[in-house]
Amino acid sequence: MADMINLTIDGVQVSVPAGTTVLEAARQAHIHIPTLCYLKDVNKIGACRVCVVDVGARALQAACVYPVSEGMVVKTNTPAVRRARKAVVELLLSIHDRKCLSCTRNNNCELQDLCRDLGIEDDNRFAGERIEYEIDDLSTSVVRDNNKCVLCRRCVAACHAQQHVGVIGPVGRGFTTEITSPWGLKLAQTGCVGCGQCIAVCPVGALKEKDSIHAVNGLLESGKHVYVQTAPAVRAALGEEFGLPMGTPVTGKMVAALRRLGFEKVFDTDWAADLTILEEATELVHRIQNKGVLPMITSCSPGWVKYCETYNSDFIPNLSSCKSPHEMLGAMVKSYYAEKTGINPKDMSVVSVMPCTAKKFEALRPELGHDGMQDVDEVITTRELAKMIRAAGIDFANLPDEDFDKVLGESTGAGVIFGATGGVMEAALRYAYEAITGKELDKVEFEAVRGLENVKEASIDLGGLTLNIAVAHGTANAQKVLDSIRAGEKHYDFIEIMCCPGGCVTGGGQPIVKADVRAGVNVSAERAKALYTEDAGKARRKSQENEEIKALYTDYLGEIGGERAHHLLHTHYTARDKYAGVK
Amino acid sequence: MSDMREKFAQLDLAISELKDQPGALMPVLQKAQSIFGCVSLDVQKHIAEGLGVTLSEVYGVATFYAQFTLEPAGKYIISVCLGTACYVKGAQKVLDKLSEELGVKVGGTTKDGLFTLQATRCLGACGLAPVITVNEEVYGRLVPEDIPGIIAKYKE
Repeated sequence: MADMINLTIDGVQVSVPAGTTVLEAARQAHIHIPTLCYLKDVNKIGACRVCVVDVGARALQAACVYPVSEGMVVKTNTPAVRRARKAVVELLLSIHDRKCLSCTRNNNCELQDLCRDLGIEDDNRFAGERIEYEIDDLSTSVVRDNNKCVLCRRCVAACHAQQHVGVIGPVGRGFTTEITSPWGLKLAQTGCVGCGQCIAVCPVGALKEKDSIHAVNGLLESGKHVYVQTAPAVRAALGEEFGLPMGTPVTGKMVAALRRLGFEKVFDTDWAADLTILEEATELVHRIQNKGVLPMITSCSPGWVKYCETYNSDFIPNLSSCKSPHEMLGAMVKSYYAEKTGINPKDMSVVSVMPCTAKKFEALRPELGHDGMQDVDEVITTRELAKMIRAAGIDFANLPDEDFDKVLGESTGAGVIFGATGGVMEAALRYAYEAITGKELDKVEFEAVRGLENVKEASIDLGGLTLNIAVAHGTANAQKVLDSIRAGEKHYDFIEIMCCPGGCVTGGGQPIVKADVRAGVNVSAERAKALYTEDAGKARRKSQENEEIKALYTDYLGEIGGERAHHLLHTHYTARDKYAGVK
Repeated sequence: MSDMREKFAQLDLAISELKDQPGALMPVLQKAQSIFGCVSLDVQKHIAEGLGVTLSEVYGVATFYAQFTLEPAGKYIISVCLGTACYVKGAQKVLDKLSEELGVKVGGTTKDGLFTLQATRCLGACGLAPVITVNEEVYGRLVPEDIPGIIAKYKE
């Protein structure tokens, strides 16, 4: 305990390890200091000055970066502190458009919270010049409206440090400072991978997903057969939008809500996750047995795929050729299901509900379709689905539980865990073990690939064959793995990469969790629990036990990894130039 | 062309010398500005690749500091002092007249590449207010009507 520091905050004695900031120390003493630019584990730069406190120094100090010292006396609630915080927020409001009523973050906005908590009485106290910014909505995934930006730089930190993409940053100086891409580029013209982590960390409505609600409503009114599917991670977080505790699985209610919204059938992307496992694990075994390109890397995450194509195109041959699960489901609806029902696939539309903004870009890839039809027609995020449910007046929390529709609705536990980092790997191992050894796998849990370590590694014994695997989430971590392979330091056979930190449960399309909640809860872990609980409760937990998938191969596809499967379920990739947008 | 190759070789030398020190971006940009007379897109891409940073970071620093220019500066750099004394004596009107005559805004360069118009802080020649400099030459006690004549001198 030698390195414990004793200090007093608002008269409360606190003892914390050296190096702790005043903000963290205050939190331990249950003293709330307001913040704006600070976001735990993401951004800690002391820029906005909303968290200023009196530490006995000449000037007020930013609690989020100020380290504690022995005997320090901190006051977080003096008239001077309150005045300073208020002025900071009032100045921010002077460059903000204050159009709360039509803002996507209305009632879920950290700036609104600050105005309420600090008692802002005049939202136009510092009336003056304000720059009108053009809204950048050219990207298929992310929309930026700098008229709402508070220059906190949380998006910059997410894009650079977490994702290692770095296509946005502060440009200019002083009053004209703007968070944008270099050289006047629109986001769509940069090497943006569309992950939407910038949206997930934005405290206000300056960043949001590209709207697809209007297009989906159009489809629902078109008279076409409109089918919907939901990714595993959606059910783990949708409840939060309706006041349910984080980590509550809402699978049955979600299905019921989708039926009430007017979708003809509600299919499960988990079904296609099981399908993906059979194809992907078979591809892995084939690569191992035929000395193909290794390590094989998963291709379910469209943000990761675009990151690979743009920043590491030498690894394209390592990407599994499997389409991502929702694309597989779309392809199966417009071929297998069309044949089964006798409905012309041209009269069908597939809508995907995804935890992801990059899926919006993926669905538009020309290679993901055939005969002039895209496999998936529209993608909405979990947040957009919540908006549709609210607009329809559906009392979500009190809906009955309903089941997915046959014959693309059954799923095993392996498909469910796809939404968490390590889940795809674990699901693949549950299949690969049995495929390679010919023996039944008794213990299906592979603990080594679970959890939130940046990079997880393991050597798995598959009946004499040792499989060296790695799991990375967040593209900055993925980059480290790729660099270590290039340097010859590491040798893997199979790698799972998910673009977003924590995997799809904390994808860029998921319900936004405010900074003060994120400070006390590990969002990825809480939501992943919902998936692992659902997995544990399933009678069938291996993809190869999915009866509907077995029937799909028997009745339609033929062999796993066979010719028809290859035609419909596999794809290819394109190297991209990160500087393509600048001539 | 070989001239440009020579300049990029100089830049590479600077990058390799400074690469490992923390905060290398700033001195590398300064070096680039002095080699090329500006930090254009190609130069910024070269620096980004050389230092292993993003173009976004390079552009952010280059647009933060007034010492960097994104376009090549003109043959003659006209600096208009906007210090307190010059401002009180009508420097803004002089600046507006220059902007009108040259057809460029502050920070801009004329299409013929002859003039770059800049606004500066106090030049320390308050007794001559309002004052401008054209490269090394100083012109003081100006009124807007003097401007066309001064510009004409450099067009010859």
